[in-house]
Amino acid sequence: MRRRLYEYVAAQGREVGRNEAAQATGVARTLAAHHLDRLAEAGLLESGSRRLTGRSGPGAGRPAKVYTRARAERSVSLPARDYRTAAELLAEAAEQAGLDAGLCAAARRRGEALRGSAAPCGDLEQAMEMLAARGYEPHLEGVEGASGAAADVVRMRNCPFHAVAERFPPLVCGMNLALLEGLLGTDGPVHARMDARPGNCCVVVESSKNNDD
Amino acid sequence: MTASTHAAHLAQLNVATLRHPFDDPRVAPFVEMLEPVNAAADSAPGFVWRLVEEGAADATGLRPAGEDVIVNLSVWETPEALWDFAYRSGHLEVMRRRREWFERHVEAHLVLWWVPAGHVPTVDEALERLADLQAHGPSARAFTFASSYTAAEAAIEAEAEAVQHLQAAPPTQPEAIN
Repeated sequence: MRRRLYEYVAAQGREVGRNEAAQATGVARTLAAHHLDRLAEAGLLESGSRRLTGRSGPGAGRPAKVYTRARAERSVSLPARDYRTAAELLAEAAEQAGLDAGLCAAARRRGEALRGSAAPCGDLEQAMEMLAARGYEPHLEGVEGASGAAADVVRMRNCPFHAVAERFPPLVCGMNLALLEGLLGTDGPVHARMDARPGNCCVVVESSKNNDD
Repeated sequence: MTASTHAAHLAQLNVATLRHPFDDPRVAPFVEMLEPVNAAADSAPGFVWRLVEEGAADATGLRPAGEDVIVNLSVWETPEALWDFAYRSGHLEVMRRRREWFERHVEAHLVLWWVPAGHVPTVDEALERLADLQAHGPSARAFTFASSYTAAEAAIEAEAEAVQHLQAAPPTQPEAIN
């Protein structure tokens, strides 16, 4: 429930009041307020107060509490852990040793294990869910196919491996693609492929039938 | 006179040792990607120039660094423009599959340096910069993305070196021994 509230607020890209968040996620207002405040305490949301009615002065009533997603990149670890330094050192060593193939094989196996089921991902909607759960912030984008027919691809606003990917792009982006290939399957209705653009994850997901055009 | 920052462009050289001959079927996927990726470079924001063999579409036929070593020499307006092309365009797919076609280099294989806007770097100049990076590590004369220097830093270092060179010019030429 807390995740739903966070995701709703994050996806709006503006201030969201308690009533709106409660209605959108189908949660009672007092319960929504409790979880929103807990998210703000954890630093994942920022809270402020605003008179949503637009009135001001003594008769305007109590200002309502509003929430937005916190801008800063956060990681919380108790007790203190430093996986980022470990990841950077391992990536540096893998880069120098040319271990791309071994890393991708491990990533593909991990993706398959995360998928759990034997069947590949069924459609783009399911792919969106799987990607959202792993922090990729997917969204659908329409593209004109070669035949002129509009087809959708899933693009991702967030790279979960951002800091390491910036330092070792071919290695880490290759790892990311292999992980997603494992997660979604390579011979099912949808597949992942590399299509890097500034400001986005380097991978897109599309329907496999697009290729038959 | 030192070059002002906005009048400097970024030159890049990278060298790659082929695992198989260029016409080997195992290298074919790389060869197929050359044309679209080079076209993407030519129309990329901030692209200035790239080395092309006379009468050819690219520089893969030139082998100035060894018979099985292909070179890639280009000039860009800013490091960000080069970065976005190298790692945030169709070029990333080539990079991702590099181990299929190229040997792993123990020494540095990519070098960046600043040139005055309008200067077209020669292959010899580029190979000197790479040798500088390999011999002395990153400096404002020859650096990498991970150890980047600004054009202003390069201009200051070039001036300091020129002064040093004038002061210490006559007695020895230590570089020539190696």
